[in-house]
Amino acid sequence: MRKSVQNLKVIANLRLNDDHHLLQLYVPDDLENIFPGQFANILVDQSQSIFLRRPFSIHAVDYQKNIISILIKEVGEGTRSLAHTPADSYLNVIFPLGKGFTLPVSKEKVLLVGGGCGVAPLLHLAQVLSGNKNDVNILLGARSSVDLVELDQYASYGNVFTTTEDGSHGEKGFVTNHSIFSVKLDSFSKIYCCGPEPMMKAVASKAKANSVWCEVSLENTMACGFGVCLCCVTETIQGHKCVCTDGPVFNINQLKWQI
Amino acid sequence: MADLSTIIHNIKLKNPVLTASGTFGYGVEFDDFLDVNLLGGFIVKGTTIHPRQGNAYPRMAETASGMLNAVGLQNGGARYFATEIYPKLTKYETNVLVNVSGSTVEEYVACAEIINELDRIAGIELNISCPNVKEGGMAFGTSCPSAAAVVSAVRKVYKKTMIVKLSPNVTDIAEIAVAVEGAGADGLSLINTLLGMAINAETRKPVLSTITGGLSGPAVKPIALRMVWQVAQAVKIPIIGLGGIMNATDAIEFFLAGASAIQVGTANFIDPLSIVKIISGIDNYLNRHKFSSINDIIGCLQM
Repeated sequence: MRKSVQNLKVIANLRLNDDHHLLQLYVPDDLENIFPGQFANILVDQSQSIFLRRPFSIHAVDYQKNIISILIKEVGEGTRSLAHTPADSYLNVIFPLGKGFTLPVSKEKVLLVGGGCGVAPLLHLAQVLSGNKNDVNILLGARSSVDLVELDQYASYGNVFTTTEDGSHGEKGFVTNHSIFSVKLDSFSKIYCCGPEPMMKAVASKAKANSVWCEVSLENTMACGFGVCLCCVTETIQGHKCVCTDGPVFNINQLKWQI
Repeated sequence: MADLSTIIHNIKLKNPVLTASGTFGYGVEFDDFLDVNLLGGFIVKGTTIHPRQGNAYPRMAETASGMLNAVGLQNGGARYFATEIYPKLTKYETNVLVNVSGSTVEEYVACAEIINELDRIAGIELNISCPNVKEGGMAFGTSCPSAAAVVSAVRKVYKKTMIVKLSPNVTDIAEIAVAVEGAGADGLSLINTLLGMAINAETRKPVLSTITGGLSGPAVKPIALRMVWQVAQAVKIPIIGLGGIMNATDAIEFFLAGASAIQVGTANFIDPLSIVKIISGIDNYLNRHKFSSINDIIGCLQM
């Protein structure tokens, strides 16, 4: 789908827990070919302190109902304002932006690893991978059980594993402490990861040690989201690349991470 | 519909709206959003003789009514531009200008010589005001002798329209403008970004990898307007005004202060369609006030 600037109606704003909201946006035009991992850049309210748009992964796509969903965790003033957008109001959205995850050609056993807010693009990814008859395994980590949202939806696309720091759901500890990493990781042909950078580096390091193909989704701060401000660069083996247009998804072999 | 056409030296603009270097990529990034030919012209990203990787991440900080950037002229170099980018730009009918930068006078000259060979490039914008590079850049634009030296050196090799982009990080911008005019500039664009800084109180660290960066957005507009007005009193060559223009009213204010054309910069990041809205908004303003041409309001501030 070609990127465009659109005013999208908020069909529903579902509160998932204390700080997670799910915004369902109606797309009046043809909705087609949004790739898992692509993102939307949303205008907040042009107040003095929130000058720039806020980028969010496209969390889910419903091609029948022409709806894209955005998962928002309240972390600052911008996300707080967006999270409380009332239903029936409109948001100005530039989408779809960036390149998505590389999808398997044939039926493969894959592992999706998400931590914190980083779970956002993984639901759409799980949906597409499951639709293409892959063996989908999803590992989600959070601080506590209340922070694990939409587990039922994930479960409809594959096997779900969880970790919580307080042990209130699944295995206790960080996502990278999960027992899935203590068995032979090379039973997975691909690992897809999104979350805080230290967590992604830890997962990438395990993938690399086991020679498993791995892609991560980065979220550098950006001004435009479509490749003109050059503010969101990450260091790659081919020099600085824009997270917004060359990513946000990168293969770990492209990045100059010390792992 | 009013006559929006204006002239900057030898460049005829069908309307006075250009885009600022570093905020419009190479134009092609906007093809999905709008017809780039609707613009009076656009100025492509800062180009240097040698390829530059730019500064380390983080390069951007959001600030009240604006943002700081410290990109540091990331570009593939003048030869890369000429062979890889330029052929993609020849599809545009509107005016394309190249922003030229360097660390030494020789680098500016070498870069301008390469751009001079490109037929479809209407002119250059000499950047003597980038605050984000260690050597050169802004250093040239903050004293009259060094500004004049780089402008006169490039003037010898560059035959078409040469605009010089001035730094606001000076005590007296009119003095620099006069020196640059005397050295052979065909026009001026002002202002480049203001040197600023952002600090993260929680981590007690600077936000930008370079510590300081260039401030843009509505926060700088009053300063930009003041400088355009001051320079308009001091020089005869045309002025292209920029600094925090978000809408047509902002643009009109720059024309009244003495700008013959304007550039839209940071607004492109927030609304890629803002340039189209600004062009039609200028037309609406002229019609509403019964002016037949944009030239009827340039420098017509009522005192």
